[in-house]
Amino acid sequence: MTWNRRHLITVEELSLQEIDQIHATSAAFKKILRRSVKKVPVLRGKTIVNLFLEPSTRTRLAFDMAAKRLSADVISFDAASSSTTKGETLRDTAENLQALNADMIVIRHAASGSPLYLSRLLDIPVINAGDGAHEHPTQGLLDTFTMKEHLGALQGRKVVILGDILFSRVARSNIHALTKMGAAVTLVGPSTLVPHWFTDLGVTVSHDLKSALADAEVVMLLRIQHERQASSHFPSLGEYTSMFGLNMARAAWLSPRAIIMHPGPINRGVEIDSELADGPRSVILEQVANGIAVRMAVLYLCAGGQPDHAVTAGGEDLP
Amino acid sequence: MSSLWISGAQVIDPATRRNAPGDLFVRDGRLADSLSPAERKRARKLDGRGLVACPGFVDIHVHFREPGQTHKESIGTGTRAAAAGGFTTVVCMPNTSPPADNAGTIQFIMDAAGRDAVVKVFPTGCITIGMKGHALAPIGSLKRAGVVAITDDGECVQSNELMRRAAEYAGMFGLPIMDHCQDQSMTQGAVMNEGVMSTRLGLRGWPHAAEDLIVSRNVILSAYTGAHIHLQHISSQYSVDIIRQAKAKGLRITAEATPHHLALTEGALAGYDPNFKMNPPLRTEADRQALIAGLRDGTLDCIATDHAPHTDYEKDREFDFAPNGILGLETALPVVLGVLVREAKFKLPQVVDLFTRRPAELLGLAAGTLRAGAPADICLFDPKESWRYDARAGQSKSRNSPWDGQTLTGRIKCTLVDGRVVFDGRRIV
Repeated sequence: MTWNRRHLITVEELSLQEIDQIHATSAAFKKILRRSVKKVPVLRGKTIVNLFLEPSTRTRLAFDMAAKRLSADVISFDAASSSTTKGETLRDTAENLQALNADMIVIRHAASGSPLYLSRLLDIPVINAGDGAHEHPTQGLLDTFTMKEHLGALQGRKVVILGDILFSRVARSNIHALTKMGAAVTLVGPSTLVPHWFTDLGVTVSHDLKSALADAEVVMLLRIQHERQASSHFPSLGEYTSMFGLNMARAAWLSPRAIIMHPGPINRGVEIDSELADGPRSVILEQVANGIAVRMAVLYLCAGGQPDHAVTAGGEDLP
Repeated sequence: MSSLWISGAQVIDPATRRNAPGDLFVRDGRLADSLSPAERKRARKLDGRGLVACPGFVDIHVHFREPGQTHKESIGTGTRAAAAGGFTTVVCMPNTSPPADNAGTIQFIMDAAGRDAVVKVFPTGCITIGMKGHALAPIGSLKRAGVVAITDDGECVQSNELMRRAAEYAGMFGLPIMDHCQDQSMTQGAVMNEGVMSTRLGLRGWPHAAEDLIVSRNVILSAYTGAHIHLQHISSQYSVDIIRQAKAKGLRITAEATPHHLALTEGALAGYDPNFKMNPPLRTEADRQALIAGLRDGTLDCIATDHAPHTDYEKDREFDFAPNGILGLETALPVVLGVLVREAKFKLPQVVDLFTRRPAELLGLAAGTLRAGAPADICLFDPKESWRYDARAGQSKSRNSPWDGQTLTGRIKCTLVDGRVVFDGRRIV
């Protein structure tokens, strides 16, 4: 099975087969990360630009590390230091990067649709590292990769996504990945943050935490953004926690084998209690670790690599 | 004495209930019942065979960006685009730089129109100073300077008290108020219709309720003050229902629909193309059907383009950052023919009515008819001709059209103002 995609803009546009290919490639790279020499030369001589026009810590670190594990040269470019603050357009910034012979651009942008826009302007691959409230495809791919490691196939599995869904690109990428993989997805949270329109994406919307968590095998928490409080979306963080925060008592409603996920950064004591975040069912740090392997896979495939070669990777025989 | 003889056209003039093959005669810039044999011999002749001859179109909602934003459009280029679209009378919005909130700026616009315009231009003035929604603009002075209505188009007066006083005060001069209906508290950061599509695309939603609330407010204030309030670019099904009820009560409420809200829905935004970004936003198929129904039963009074030019470098951006608005004048006829005639089976005279008599009557403009003695503002079009619209080759200074590069059916073949050909089907004369 060959991989033909040059850009990764959304999970929505991926086929189930492509998701499987990314996951298989990620598994191969994850083995490399356990070796003493954690580096393969597959992208040697290639330059990857991390164009982060919105603040990010873990996603940027993960892309940075993934590129370096593949032996690529990495240039990071952020909003504060860039000429976008001098009024340069995204088009001009991107065309300059291409003129500098960058081989690939990883973009994080506050405006939804920006990676698609960039991919139409440039001849080089564009990887979406999060665009507005639209998608964060590598996060959706690493989350489902992590779920598969724990639960096996996701067909028919009950997955709950809990929190600020309306403004969450992580939720959207997970929804697309999970529905393609056959999971039964329920979104839970206050009605202002989980509007009924999401049902159009093939998921269930609920505002009742207890029935939603009943027998769920995965619960994914999303960060409650403090700034939403200042608008009219919910009364206070305290009220949110009392209605929708995950604590030990509520975690008992979950399936006994359930895992607890969070894309970070977490607000301890708001959407999740510390004892759960640090407890045995939490896979939050595994998500972070898997984030490297999945991003290695995405960079490798979009640069022209093939899944089969990565699977046979001893490293040096990769193209 | 100059004369003109247009022969063999299908003459459609809803104002005089004319819809028959025939000739049009023009003497000294005005329509005439006939020409003498001697005049016919000397007259310039235009062959109208195969074409519709109707009053020049009237657009009560255009943005010509002058003064202050002439990198986007000017009164010269805007009126050329109007002529190319079959329009002979246009009403300019006052959201220029500076806004047209005083008699001096209105005079500037009139002077520029006198110098540069190829069609007839009527200005509007602001409702509030600087369109800021805090204090009434000098509405009486604006009226004296020549405005035909007042509006803060692009903004919406948020204070009900201020809108009430504006309606009362403008009513004293017989000036209609045109309102862009948008509750701004509900649309902070909004860039498209709120619903399934905005949820999928992760874009901030503009709920139709924000339009419906202000439409209701305006209906109530019109009832209370007796003022004529015109509702601009209606986009929502619920708003159409409110307007229908208001008209059933005999209130002085009028409303317009744009070609783009009639032809397109939010589905067009899947590719995040800013040439589909405007305010109010494209909505759902149910809304689109409600607009068509509203035009059919008279709830909506006319077509208006909301022609809103922006340069390439302004529009070619991230969707969130691109300005609202699209070109409309040069594509209005074929787009509306496609929706109302070919899809919704309106008769051609109904559509011509929406482009001519009704917008002219709405603002009391001496336009929109082929009655003998009226100014010879005439449009000739071929309802069947298909052509490829190239925005680059168009008359507007800007190119921000969702129909750029598309094949459209229905083409303006000639536009005359006061009996003079200003557009010959290919170029401005």
